[in-house]
Order: sequence, then C-alpha cells, then structure tokens
Amino acid sequence: MQIEVRGINKSFGGNPVLKNAGFVLDSGEIHALMGENGAGKSTLMKILTGEYTRDAGTVVVDGQEVTYRNVQEAEKAGIVFIHQELNVLFDLTVEENMFLGKELTTRFGICDKGAMRKECRRVLDLLGVEINPAERMNRLSVGQQQMVEIAKALMVDAKVLIMDEPTSALTQKETEILFEVTRSLKARGVSVVYISHRMEEIFELCDRITVLRDGEYIGTKKISETNMNEVVKMMIGREIGERYPERKAKIGDVVFEVKNLTCPGVFENISFQVRAGQVLGFAGLMGAGRTEIMEAIFGYRKPVTGQILIDGREVHNSSPEAAMKNGIGFITEDRKVQGLMLDQSIAKNISIANLGKISKHGVLGKEAEDRLVKQGIKELSIKCFSERQHTVNLSGGNQQKVIFAKWIYTDPKILILDEPTRGVDIGAKKEIYSIINDLASKGVAVIMVSSELPEVLGMADQIVVVHEGTITGFVDRKEANQENVMILATGGKIK
Amino acid sequence: MKSKTVSSRIQDFGALIALVLLVAVIGIISPEFRTVGNFLSLLRQSSINGFIAFGMTCVILTGGIDLSVGSVLALTTAFCAAFIKGGMPVGLAFILAILIGIGFGCISGLLVTKGRLQPFIATLVTMTVFRGLTMIFMDGKPISNLGDSFALKFMGKGNLFGIPFPVILFILAFLIFIFLLEKTVFGRRVYAAGSNPVSAKLAGVNIDLTKLTVYAISGGMAALSGLILLSRLGSAQPTLGTSYEMDAIASVALGGTSMSGGRGRVWGTFVGVLIIAVLNNGLNILGVSSYYQDVVKGIVILIAVLSDRNR
Ligand SMILES: Nc1ncnc2c1ncn2[C@@H]1O[C@H](COP(=O)(O)OP(=O)(O)OP(=O)(O)O)[C@@H](O)[C@H]1O
Ligand SMILES: [Mg+2]
Repeated sequence: MQIEVRGINKSFGGNPVLKNAGFVLDSGEIHALMGENGAGKSTLMKILTGEYTRDAGTVVVDGQEVTYRNVQEAEKAGIVFIHQELNVLFDLTVEENMFLGKELTTRFGICDKGAMRKECRRVLDLLGVEINPAERMNRLSVGQQQMVEIAKALMVDAKVLIMDEPTSALTQKETEILFEVTRSLKARGVSVVYISHRMEEIFELCDRITVLRDGEYIGTKKISETNMNEVVKMMIGREIGERYPERKAKIGDVVFEVKNLTCPGVFENISFQVRAGQVLGFAGLMGAGRTEIMEAIFGYRKPVTGQILIDGREVHNSSPEAAMKNGIGFITEDRKVQGLMLDQSIAKNISIANLGKISKHGVLGKEAEDRLVKQGIKELSIKCFSERQHTVNLSGGNQQKVIFAKWIYTDPKILILDEPTRGVDIGAKKEIYSIINDLASKGVAVIMVSSELPEVLGMADQIVVVHEGTITGFVDRKEANQENVMILATGGKIK
Repeated sequence: MKSKTVSSRIQDFGALIALVLLVAVIGIISPEFRTVGNFLSLLRQSSINGFIAFGMTCVILTGGIDLSVGSVLALTTAFCAAFIKGGMPVGLAFILAILIGIGFGCISGLLVTKGRLQPFIATLVTMTVFRGLTMIFMDGKPISNLGDSFALKFMGKGNLFGIPFPVILFILAFLIFIFLLEKTVFGRRVYAAGSNPVSAKLAGVNIDLTKLTVYAISGGMAALSGLILLSRLGSAQPTLGTSYEMDAIASVALGGTSMSGGRGRVWGTFVGVLIIAVLNNGLNILGVSSYYQDVVKGIVILIAVLSDRNR
C-alpha cells in the first residue's frame, strides 16, 4: 500500500500544531518519522487514521484521495495504529483486551473462548513473549502491556502498520524480537511507519526517514545516504555535540544506604549505598524488580523488611509523604497512572509536589506558584501554549518533562529516577542529563533506573545490576560495557 | 488553554445563564416573585441547601459522595434540641451540634478510607443508621417547646442590616469555601485526590487524610444547616432533612462539577443552589402542583448535565 500525505494543517483551539506537514510511504518499506517532542508526529498519524480531522491537506492511498472518519474505517482499509500511550483496559484480561470490540463468536453468537485463546496464544508466541492470556492487564509490567498492544495489531491483517514509540518500554531482547517481526512483515509487503527517539534503532531498522520540525515537513532521506548528525540537525536546526554532557560533581560521603531490603517473592536482600553527588545506575531486564525496589524505598509498597539509612540514621518511609519529608524524590516510570493528573493543568501538576514550598500556613502564594511553574517550563523547555493547558494534551515527551519539573524543585537529598528519559527527544535528553548533572553537583544523590543501556553506561558512576529481584553485581564506570552488564542482567557471572 | 473558544466560555457560564433566564421568565409571569421581600426569603430558603451543597462539593471533588447529610442533619438537630431543652446555653448547644456533625462525617470518612468501602455504600450505611438512631433517640416524636432564647430565634429568623442572618452565613460560607478550595494547600489536595489519587499519593499527598477531612466538613455543614431549620421550626423532627442529599447533589451537578471528581467550582455550586431555590420558590408562587415541580426540576438538571458532557 502506498500512502501520500501532503500539506496537512491542524490547529487546536487556535494554536497551529501542524503546518504543511506530510510524508510519502512506499509499499513494503519501513519509514521512520522523526522530530522533537511536540513536533507533531503523533498528531499527523492521528489525522491519517481518522482520529482527528485535518484543517487542510490531502491523504492519497494507492492513488485515491481518502478521508477516514474514524479509526475503525482506517483499520478496515488495512491501516493499524499502535498508539504511543497505551490503550488498555486494566481490569480486563490480556485476551479480553486483545479481542475488545472484535470478539470471536460461535454460530450462536456466543463468545468463542476456545478460539480466542488459541488466536491469542498464536500471536503472543509469534512475539516470543511469555504472557498468560488469562492474566489481568494491571498485573503486567508496562513493557508487557506494550507487547500485548503490538500483538493486538498483529491480529489484524494490516497493510500498513504505524508504531508510535513502541520500544520505549521494551527491553533489548524484546526490541530485537519486535524488529524481527517488523522485518518479516516488510518481507510480506507490509509498509511500516516507525516513530522513535532512539537513533540507533532507526538506523538499524528503517529504510527512509522523514523529519518534522515544529509541525512542518523538513525533508526525507534514505538511511543509506545520511547519518545521525545530519538527522539531528534536521530535527533541531543545529548540531547537538556530545550526547552525554560532562559531569564535574564531586563525590562526597554516603548519604543513602539500603540494607537487606526484602519483599518476599518480589526482591530479596537488596543492599547498596549512594554518595552525595553520585549517580548510581540500576540496570537490568524489564521485570527484574527495580521499580518495585524503588517503590518500596519510597514507602509506596509494603510490607518490606530491611533498613533504610539517610546520613547514617535509620528512617521509616511508611508513605510517600514520609519519604518526601525524609528528603527523597521519585520520578515514576509510568506517566498516565502514576506520573500525572491528566485532567489538570501543567501548573497544578508541577505544584502538587511542591505545595509546602509555595504556601504559607496552608495558603497558596500565587506569585510563588507562578514563579515555580514558569521556571519549570523554561528550564525544561516544556513545549506548551500555556501553563494552564491540561497535561493530557501534551506530547509524550513533554509530559515526561512536566513530571521532571514537578520533582526537581522539591530539593531532594536523594532523587530516584525510574526511566527518566522514556520517550524524550534527543535534545531534551541532553537537557535532562544536564539537569541530573546539576543536581549531582549540588550534592544530590541520584539513583537512575534505566533499561536503556547506553544511557546507564553514559551517565552512571557505578552500575547496580539486578536480575530477578536480587543484585547480581556492581560495576564501576571504568569497567562497565554492554557485555558485562548484560551478562549480569541475565543472571550470568563475570569471570 | 489561553485562548478559550467562545463555546467553552458559554459553557463555563451555562449555569449562570440558566439562572438568569429562569429568574427573568418567572419574574415576567409573576409580579409576586419579583419583589425584594421574596428574593430575600428565597435566599434564606436556599441557604439550608447551600451549606450542605458546599460540603458536598468538596466530597464530590475527591471523587466521593455523601448520602448521609440528611440523616446527620436530623440526628444533630435532635441532639441540639435535647441539649437546649435540658437547659444548656443555646450557643454551646449549637457548637456541640456542629462538632457532633463533624464527628458523624468522620465516621463516613473512616468507612471510606480505612474501611475501603465505596463512598456510595459507606454513606448509604451511615445514612440508614443515623436515621434509625434519630428515630430511636426521639422515640419517633418531635422535640418541641425549646423556650424563647434570643440566639435560638436569631439563627434562623433574625436580620442583620435588613438581611436575614442565614443569608449572611450563606454568603460567608460561600466565600470561605472559595478560599479553601482555590487558595489553600488543602484545596489542591482535594482536587488532586479526585483527579488521580495514585499520582497524588506519589507526590506526597495524604489521600486518606484529605478524604476524611471532606467528609468531616460535609457532616459539619449538614449540622449547621440543621440549626437554621431548628430555629425556624422551633422544634426538631425525626424526619427532618429526608432526601436533602438529592437537592445538594443536584446543585453540585448543576454547577458543573464532575461526578467522578477532580473538576468543578464552588461558584458553580452556588449558582446551582440558587437555580434549585428559584425553581422551588417560583413554581410554588406560580401555583404548580408539587408533583409537576419534581418533573420540572428533573428536566432542568438533565439539561444542565447534558450540556456539561461536551466540556
Ligand atoms: N488534543 C490536543 N489538544 C491540544 N493540543 C494538542 C492536542 N494534541 C496534541 N496537541 C499539541 O500538539 C503538539 C504536537 O503533539 P504530538 O503529540 O503530535 O507531538 P509528537 O511529535 O508526537 O511528540 P512526542 O515525541 O513527545 O510524542 C504538542 O504541542 C501538543 O501539545
Ligand atoms: Mg508522540
């Protein structure tokens, strides 16, 4: 299937988001769509698949001009869109989610559970993931949920598959599987639109790249005829330089220590130390228990045994509130449920963790709040029309920046970051790394959980590797490389 | 968003426009309705529902609901009447009644937070139990002959600068709730608890305490409302306040507050309370039978909620 999207304009409430955007998708190619956070990639795809209407422009599919009125129509035409934000019903099972709205029925109109189970197993096997079809969605990790979404799309006989940042929650192994599946789809003549902020992935998988900047079409390049620097330049209009900014923080005394933290069946005997000004990376596979460990430290998960010490003094974090009082901040992995209040403004989301700071005797100071919010929007370059915009309308990467802004002004002594740059564009990633470095320079002890190995290698002073709920090793920055961390992460031993 | 579209502006003021239209239409038909005296008595009537509705707004903003307000009102009034009859100074009896109302609210709040019951179920339980306790306490009979203390009369019937005292309290409560919800840390927590409790908790908000507090406030406001009634009627009745929760919830809904929490405004509730009061008062003056009044009220709420859905 060949698709030409041209001259698309779109504004929301008078604010233009797309200005003459477009791209051409050839049949049987894997086409990358790139651009900064808020460039309009997801919006363009939503327009193509009929979720949003366009203000101007044309969509031509196989030589015929079309306008899909809704997602179902696009799907019927063979265009399937896997959204950036997960679209799952948490209380239903994997199977029920996959067949939502397209349940298989027997001749008598009754749900054919057997047939659905079989089909479900088939596509999950195709993806090589071990997920029980009868498991409830909310018991799966974010990455597993993402795999279910991908499986759901594979069930439909797609001619065009659009994937909006599919790998941001996946482990390396799952990413590889996804790539294999994508390539085999391509071999069958399926065209793929692939949106990602991970340069390496794009160059490994895709045939051509189209870049958008501020809602405008910038250009299309063949992968074989371009390089990362050129693409970055197209995306942000300038060169970016070193990806991991240098850190000059002096590493001080141990400020935070965990001893034998155990939550039976989830993680066991977790012990580690973090020093002031140090960035401690936590590597491991998805589901290794890193998020759970952090939640326990932050008082969100009970019950646990073991000790938590801050400045050598034992503390009891019985709730997130208590943990914050003890000087801990926690940027969560999940945006939609844990990170943001989607139906509230950017301002309210940033201030909710800083209420003490912007109030006196329980009364909010409007100026103090304004200042804080403006500072957050500016320092993190959050792209928005106004601080009163609801966070649900922000692009994925900008949502992540809001969560960051919410925490960095709480003046934590220890800041826990769980996948801090998920879905964040290359320029903003560097800004976030700089912010992490600044915090470290101020003596904050930073704990960074990340499944993006290059990021951990690039940022951490020391790396803790977790495998199935236990620590399998500590690796210093100087000795760390992809291989030895991966060996530990999969439960192996370094000779 | 900075530049609100015209249609969303109209919706913001939808309830207000409805109120103005209602007042205009009824005013044109009935000369009796459009007198200052009637407006003042209308406001005085509305204060009773108003106090409850402000408390209810807080509860609904956290994503909860409080069905027990009518029963709390009845039971606290019964206690208050008994105190006064037993010779307690009226002022002290009032304060005690409000504190007891807060205590009853806390019971609902504890069932919701510590008991992990759905707010609807929890307050259905307290509504039933408190009503039963009222009947037991009063033995099914009114408590009257409370003497003629000035304070008791002034609460519901008094005037200050020509304005009924309940109306002054109503306006005061309105201002206090605006301040509470829009300008304080507590207010932010209320919205946060209703918007996304998980995210709010992870940002250090004590969700349980916030929820407990809103139910306590709701209980206290129900008790306050009861005191006005007690003063006006001169006696406590076991069936007092029956189905008052309905008018309160309707006022909140009319005001555009989302029933799932996180979004809404006190001034919306204020307008909602006035709409209900104008309907009650106006339809009475126009001589519409009470059966039809309920139908009209229902339809007005329906229209308001339907227009709210597009927000
Ligand atoms: N429904 C909406 N209402 C208002 N603004 C919107 C809406 N949807 C998107 N926007 C705005 O449009 C712009 C483009 O958003 P979009 O989600 O397409 O970006 P993106 O390129 O996918 O970014 P990311 O890489 O962060 O996912 C953003 O500034 C966003 O705030
Ligand atoms: Mg996007």
